[in-house]
Amino acid sequence: MKRYSVFAVAREALRYHQGWGRAWRSPEPKKKYEAIIIGAGGHGLATAYYLGKNHGLKNVAILEKGWLGGGNTGRNTTIIRSNYLQDASAAIYEKARSLYETMSQDLNYNVMFSPRGVMMLAQTQHEIRGYKRTAHANALQGVSTEFITPDRVKSLVPIINIDGPRYPVLGALWQPRGGTARHDAVAWGYARACSEMGMDVIQQCEVTGIRRQNGQVQGVETSKGSIDCEKLGIVVAGHTGVLADMAGFRMPIESVALQALVSEPIKPCMDVVVMANTVHGYMSQSDKGEMVIGGGADGFNNYTQRGSFHHVEETVRALIETFPIISRLKMLRWWGGIVDMTGDRSPILSTTPVKNIFINCGWGTGGFKAIPGSGWAMAELMAKGHSSLTEEFGLNRFKEGKFIDESVAAGVAH
Amino acid sequence: MLIFTCPYCGIEADETELTPGGEAHLKRFGPGSSDEEFEGYLFNRENPKGVHFERWRHVYGCGKWFHAARCTLTLEVFGTYSAQTFEPPEEIKERIRAKRPGWKWRNFS
Amino acid sequence: MSKRLGVGGQFIDRSKPIKFQFNGRRFSGFKGDTLASALLANDQVLIGRSFKYHRPRGIVSSGSEEPNALMNLGENETFEPNQRATTTELFEGLTAFSQNHWPSLNFDIGVINNYLSRFLPAGFYYKMFIHPRPFWKYIYEPFIRQSAGLGKAPSVKDTSDYEHFYAFYDLVIIGGGISGLNAALTAAESGLKILIMEQNSEWGGRCLVDFPFINEEPGLKYISRILSELRKYKNVTMRSRMMGAGVYDHGYLLGYERLNDHLSTNEGPRHRLWRIRAKQIITATGAIERPLSFPGNDIPGIMLASAVRDYATNFGVAVGDKVAIFTNNDDAYRTAITLHEIGVTVPVIIDARSSGGGELAHHAKELGIRVENGKAISKVFGQKRVKAVTICDYEKSDANKEKIECDSIAMSGGWSPVVHLFSHCGGKLKWDEDLAMFRPDKAAKPTSSDGLPFVTAVGSANGFLLMNEVLIDTLDGSRTAIRAAGGKINNKKTKEFLDKNEKAPEAIWISPKDANIKKRSKTWLDFQNDVKVSDVELAAREGFESVEHAKRYTTLGMATDQGKLSNINGLAILSSTLGKEIPRVGTTTFRPPYTPISLGSIGGSARNELFQPIRKTPIHEWHEKKGAYMEPVGQWRRPFCYPKEGETHQKAVEREINQTRSSLGLLDASTLGKLLVTGPDAGKFLDMLYTNMMSTLKVGKCRYGLMCSENGFLIDDGVVARIDEQTWLCHTTSGGADRIHSHMEEWLQTEWWDWKVYVANLTEQFAQIGVVGPNARKLLEKIGGLDVSKDALGFMEWKEGKLGKYDARIFRISFSGELSFEVAVPAGQGMAFWKELIELGEEFGVMPYGTEALHVMRAEKGFIMIGDETDGTVIPQDLNLTWAISKKKEDFLGKRAQERAHMVDPNRWKLVGLETLDGSVLPDGAYSTAQGFNSNGQRSTQGRITSSYYSPTLKRGIAMGLILNGPSREGEIIEFPKIDGTIIPAKITSPVFYDPDGEKQNV
Repeated sequence: MKRYSVFAVAREALRYHQGWGRAWRSPEPKKKYEAIIIGAGGHGLATAYYLGKNHGLKNVAILEKGWLGGGNTGRNTTIIRSNYLQDASAAIYEKARSLYETMSQDLNYNVMFSPRGVMMLAQTQHEIRGYKRTAHANALQGVSTEFITPDRVKSLVPIINIDGPRYPVLGALWQPRGGTARHDAVAWGYARACSEMGMDVIQQCEVTGIRRQNGQVQGVETSKGSIDCEKLGIVVAGHTGVLADMAGFRMPIESVALQALVSEPIKPCMDVVVMANTVHGYMSQSDKGEMVIGGGADGFNNYTQRGSFHHVEETVRALIETFPIISRLKMLRWWGGIVDMTGDRSPILSTTPVKNIFINCGWGTGGFKAIPGSGWAMAELMAKGHSSLTEEFGLNRFKEGKFIDESVAAGVAH
Repeated sequence: MLIFTCPYCGIEADETELTPGGEAHLKRFGPGSSDEEFEGYLFNRENPKGVHFERWRHVYGCGKWFHAARCTLTLEVFGTYSAQTFEPPEEIKERIRAKRPGWKWRNFS
Repeated sequence: MSKRLGVGGQFIDRSKPIKFQFNGRRFSGFKGDTLASALLANDQVLIGRSFKYHRPRGIVSSGSEEPNALMNLGENETFEPNQRATTTELFEGLTAFSQNHWPSLNFDIGVINNYLSRFLPAGFYYKMFIHPRPFWKYIYEPFIRQSAGLGKAPSVKDTSDYEHFYAFYDLVIIGGGISGLNAALTAAESGLKILIMEQNSEWGGRCLVDFPFINEEPGLKYISRILSELRKYKNVTMRSRMMGAGVYDHGYLLGYERLNDHLSTNEGPRHRLWRIRAKQIITATGAIERPLSFPGNDIPGIMLASAVRDYATNFGVAVGDKVAIFTNNDDAYRTAITLHEIGVTVPVIIDARSSGGGELAHHAKELGIRVENGKAISKVFGQKRVKAVTICDYEKSDANKEKIECDSIAMSGGWSPVVHLFSHCGGKLKWDEDLAMFRPDKAAKPTSSDGLPFVTAVGSANGFLLMNEVLIDTLDGSRTAIRAAGGKINNKKTKEFLDKNEKAPEAIWISPKDANIKKRSKTWLDFQNDVKVSDVELAAREGFESVEHAKRYTTLGMATDQGKLSNINGLAILSSTLGKEIPRVGTTTFRPPYTPISLGSIGGSARNELFQPIRKTPIHEWHEKKGAYMEPVGQWRRPFCYPKEGETHQKAVEREINQTRSSLGLLDASTLGKLLVTGPDAGKFLDMLYTNMMSTLKVGKCRYGLMCSENGFLIDDGVVARIDEQTWLCHTTSGGADRIHSHMEEWLQTEWWDWKVYVANLTEQFAQIGVVGPNARKLLEKIGGLDVSKDALGFMEWKEGKLGKYDARIFRISFSGELSFEVAVPAGQGMAFWKELIELGEEFGVMPYGTEALHVMRAEKGFIMIGDETDGTVIPQDLNLTWAISKKKEDFLGKRAQERAHMVDPNRWKLVGLETLDGSVLPDGAYSTAQGFNSNGQRSTQGRITSSYYSPTLKRGIAMGLILNGPSREGEIIEFPKIDGTIIPAKITSPVFYDPDGEKQNV
C-alpha cells in the first residue's frame, strides 16, 4: 500500500491521481480467523488495529453489516475530551485523547485532530462546584484541565454571551488539549491500517447467528457464509441487544436517538468547543466553517435514526441564548443516530457469559472521543483476558452496584 | 414527533405533552430477591427492534401514566392502555398479531 | 452581456424602480425582481467564488437550489451570510456583498488553490499535512479554516423577532404549482381542512414559464383563475413564501414562512415556523433541472436552461447576447424558442442525442435555429465569463470539432423530482431507467402512527413531466390522500391536455463520452464544493464504494444546496466507475430541512426574558429591590446574599451569618417543595418512599426523612409533618419538588395502584419564611396570636392558626442550629408577612440572609445538603445517617439495592469533618491522596471534600468530606493537593463544628 505524503500526492498529480490504489482491500471471508470483530465502526476497527499492533494478533476479520464507519462514527459532533470525573472514565478517555494526538502519524492518515480546547460552561453555583471538583480529580488523573473565569471565557470565545440574562456564565472547566477530529477519517485511517496488516475488513456482511459449544464461542453465521473464530468481539453500538440475543445473554442497554445539526458554513468565528450543560447544548465550528451543534438524547427506544423535533428546538434555543450571533445563521443539515445507553450511562467493555466472547458497547452519547482508547483497551482485554483500562467497565458492575456515574455534576439544587 | 391517544382523558397527545418512562410490565424485585433478579429488574431491558411495550406519562395533560404498544422500527402505535395492568389487553395483542405475525415480547405473543 | 430587455417580465413592475447595492456599487432593479435577476439585468455575471479552488462563479439557477449566488446580505443586526440571490426578493436599500474572496471578487488571492487544483484532489488533506505533527494545529488548519467557510460571521445580536405557530389540518399540500393548486381544487369540497403552501412569492410554479397556454387558456390566467376559485373556500388556507421544511413522524410537518425578508422593514416577526399536524400530506414540489457534465461547465455564464427562460419570461432579462444550448432532452428547446422570440441569438442547440428531439426541436429548426444532434461540448473558453465553446461528436471528442462563439450556455441534463419531503420520514424511492430519475415508490410511502401511508407525491414530484400525466397523477394522488384523510371524493375528471410530442431524454453522464482524464478533471459535479468527475472516480478507485463514503470523501452534495444539482450526476459517475447499476449504488438519505432555515425561527419567541421564564417566590420582588445577588436554583432565582454598597459577597455572607447567630435572620424558603400526601394508605406509602418510618409519626410532629431511588442512592431529604390521621406534608429540596412529586405519582400509579393515596404539589401555594436566631421567638410573639413558647411548640413540632393577621402554619425546625421557626402563609399573604417581619424585627436588627449563609450555617452544624454531600453515588450509610434508616421495615425503595456487594463494602468513603491546621479554607472539591498510583497510573485517592466554607462563627475554615473509613480516623491528618500541586494537610474531625449538643436550637 502506498504511503501517504505530500510527495506522493505531488507525484500522483502528474498522472491525474490515476495511480492511487484502494485504501483497503475488499476480500471475501476466509473459513477461520483467530479473532472476529463484529462492527467496523471506529471502536471495532480500532480494536482490530490494536490487536495487531500491540498484541501481534493479525489473523483478524472485521465484519460490517453496512459500510465501515457508517454508523455513529460518521454521525457525531466529533468532540474529543477527557475531562471526566471518575478515575475509570478519565483513564480510558485520556488514553484515547493522547492516542488521538499522534493518530495521524501512527496511521499515516490525516485525521485532522485539532486540539483547539474544550470548554464546559458553569452557569449555576452548583456547576461551579462540580467543575472545580472535576478539575481537582483531573489533576490527580494526569488530565490537564483548569477552572477559568468568565473573563477568560470571553477572551477565548468572543461570540459568547456571558451576561445571561437567564444563566450568566460564571466560569468554565477548560481542557486546552481537547478538541475535534475528522470523524470519517478515523474510521478510514484505521480500516486502511488494518487492511495493511493483512486483516480482512468485510463490508456488506451481516452476522445472522453466533455458534457456541460448551459455553464457548465457535464462530458466526453471516450473509457471506459461516466463519469460525477463536475469539469474538461484539462492537456494534445501537445493535448490541440484537447481537447479545444471538449469543444468548441480555444486556443493560437501551437504544435511543441522538440528534445533531450543522449550520451553513461561515468564516472562522469560534476556535474552541463550548458545552453549555445547564441549557443543554454544545457547539463548535468545523474546519469547513459549519457550526456543529448537538444537544440531549430522546427518551424512548428508537431504531429509526430520526429524532423528535422539539429536542432540536430546545438545543437551538439554548445556543442562541449562549451565542446570540447565530440566530441569523441557517440550519443546513440535521441528522440522528442511534445510541446505546447503559444503566449508569457509562460504557461496557467486558467479558460475557460466553467464553471468548467480548463486548464493547454502551458509549451512549460520548463514543467518538473514546475510539482509540476503547480499541486499545478492548484489544488488551481480548488478547490477555484482562486490562486495567476495562476493569471497572465490566458487566458485573450492575449486579454489584458499582456504577461509574459521570452525571454527578448534575445533582440537584437546594 | 409521536402522538399517543391517552387512554385516560382520551385526547390525542403530542409528544411534547408526554414524558417517556421506559419499558413497561417490569416486575419489581425487593428485599429477599437474588442479585440476578434485582439486576434484571433494574437494568436488563428487551430493547427490541420491532414491537415494544413502554410507559408514558401524560405529564402536561391529565398527569396519568399509561402504557403503549409501539414499533421501534416504524414508530407505528398499536394501541395505548392503562398502566394499571400486568399485561397488554387481548385486543391490542390481536391487532399486533394481524400486523406483525409471529411477534414475541418476553412472554407475550 | 446580460441585460434587461425592453419586453417581457411578468413578475416585474417597470414603473417601480428599486435601488440596491452590490459590493458597494449602486444598481437599480424593479419591484418583483429577485436579487439574482436584478444583478443579471446589470450585467453582473461574476457573483462569487467557489469553496475550495476559489474559482469564479456565476448564477446557475433561478431557485432555492442555487449553489453559487450566495451573498452576505444586510448590515449589523440584520446581517445574514449565505443568502441565495435567486430567492432574495429585491427591496429598496438592499445591500449585498459577494463571499469567499480576498481582497476582492475580481481579484482573489485564494484562486491560487485553483492553480494548484491538480495537487488538491478529493480527500487530498487525508494524505497530506501529516508531518511534522504541530504543523496541523498551528499552520495547516488555520490556513484551511481561513480559506474555507463562505459568508462572514454576524458580528452583533439579531434583533428580529421569530415566532412559532401551531396548526392542525386534515390535508396539507406542499407546492403551489399547477399540481399543488389542482390538488387543492380537487380537495376543496371534500369537507377537509386544508393548507396549501408555496415557497415562492408567486403561485404557479413552472407553469407560468413553460406553458403559455393550458388548453387555449393563457397560463397566467389559468393560474389566477384557480387561485381566485380556491380563495372562495373557507376551509382552504393559502400561504405563499412558505416552504415545507421537513416531514417528521406521525404527520408532523414544519412550515417555514418568511414574512419580511422581502421588505425594507424589520418590523413584525421575520420568520414564522409552523408546527403542523397533518392527517395527510401531498407533496407537489415539482422537479429540479440537472446540469450537464462537460469540461469547463462551471464558468460564469453557464446556467440551467430552465433558469435562462425564467429570467427572460419572469424578469425580462437576457442572460447573454449569444446563448448556446446544450441538452439531452426536449425541454431545453423551450429555452431556445423563448430566447429566439425575444431577440436573443441562439447560435446553436447542441443535442447529445444522435436522433435529436421531437416536436419542439422541429419547431426550433423552423425558426431557423441551428441544431446539432449527437454533439457535445468538449471545451469552454473564458475564465470569468464564457467566450466560446468547442463542440464535437458526443461519442468522439476529436471528431467534427468546431469553435462557436457565445457568451452564455443554457444546459439541461433532464429533471429530478423533488423527493425530499416524501423521503424525510422513511418514504422509499425507485430508479426510473427511462427518465433517469429517482421517483417516489408508491408502495413504500412514509407511514404514520396507524401504520398507514400519510405522504403522497403528485405531479412532477412524483416523476411525471408531461402536463397531461401531471394532471392525471395529481387527480389520482389527491383522491388517495383525501380518502385517507376521511374526505369526500367528487367525480370530476381532468380536461385532457395535449402535450407536445416529446422525445425521451437520453441519460448522458459525461460529455463528451470519451472525455480523457484531463477533461474529466475539469468537469464539475458540485459547483460550490469544487467536486469534479475525476474526484468521484478517484473515490471509487480508492474503495469509497458506498454512496455515503463517496459523498463524505469528495464532499459531493455537502454544499449548501445539499446536492440538489449534483447528487444524481455524481451518483451516476460513481455507479459507472464501479460498473454497478445506479439503484445498487443507492442514494444518500434526505434529511430536513428541504432548504436551510434560520436558527432564529427554530428558537422562536423564547429568547431573552422568555428563554425559560423565571419562577418567582411571592417575595422575589423585594429581594431584587434590595439589590440581592441572585443565583439560579432550578427554575427559580434565589438571593445568594444581600450585599450592601461596596461590600463583597464574602463580607455580606459573614454579616448575615453573624447577625442571624447573634440575634435574628430571615430566609425566604418559599422555594422549598411542599407535597401533601393524604389518604387511608398514605402512611404505608410514605414508609415505602422514605428510609425512615413515617406512619408512626404523631400528628403535630415533624420528622427529618431521607428518600432513596430504587437503585439505593439518596435523592432527596426534608422534614415531614403529620397534619392529621391520614395526611402528611412532605418538604423536599427546592430543586426536588417537581421531581419528587413525579416520583411519588409514578410509584402510586404504576406499582401500588390499589393504594388509596392522593398527592398534591402545594409548593407555590405557600410562602415559607425561616425566622431564625436567638430572637426568633420574640419576633413571632411580637406579631402575636399564637403561643410559640418552648412548651407550646417544642422542637420538631408544628402548629397552625392566626399569627397576627396571617393564616400561618409554624414548623419548629432548624437547618442552622439556631432557635428557628419556619412559617408558611398562603402565597398571597407572603409579601405582607415578610415586610411585617422586617419592620417588627428592626429592633432586633433583623437580617435577611441568602442561600450562601444558609449553606455555611448548615455546614457549621454538620447537616448534609443534597447535591453537595450527595451526587447520585452516595447512599445514606455513607453519610452516617443509618439512624434515619428504619430497621423495622421489610421494604422501602432502595433497601434491596443497598444490600448489594459494593454498597455493603466496609471500605466506603464516609462523611467526616475536616479542618486545616492553619485555619485556612480547604479548596472545595479537592481530593485527598493516598499512597501510590492505581493500575492506570492515576494518583490513588482516599476521599474528597464535599463542602468547604469560611465559618465566620468559628473564624476559620471548615469542611465536610467523604473519606475512606472516615469516622474511625478522627484526629488523623491527611493531604489535599491543590490543582497546582501544593499540598494542604487537614485533620479529620467530627462534621458537627458548632453547638454539637444542640443547646442553641432547643431553647
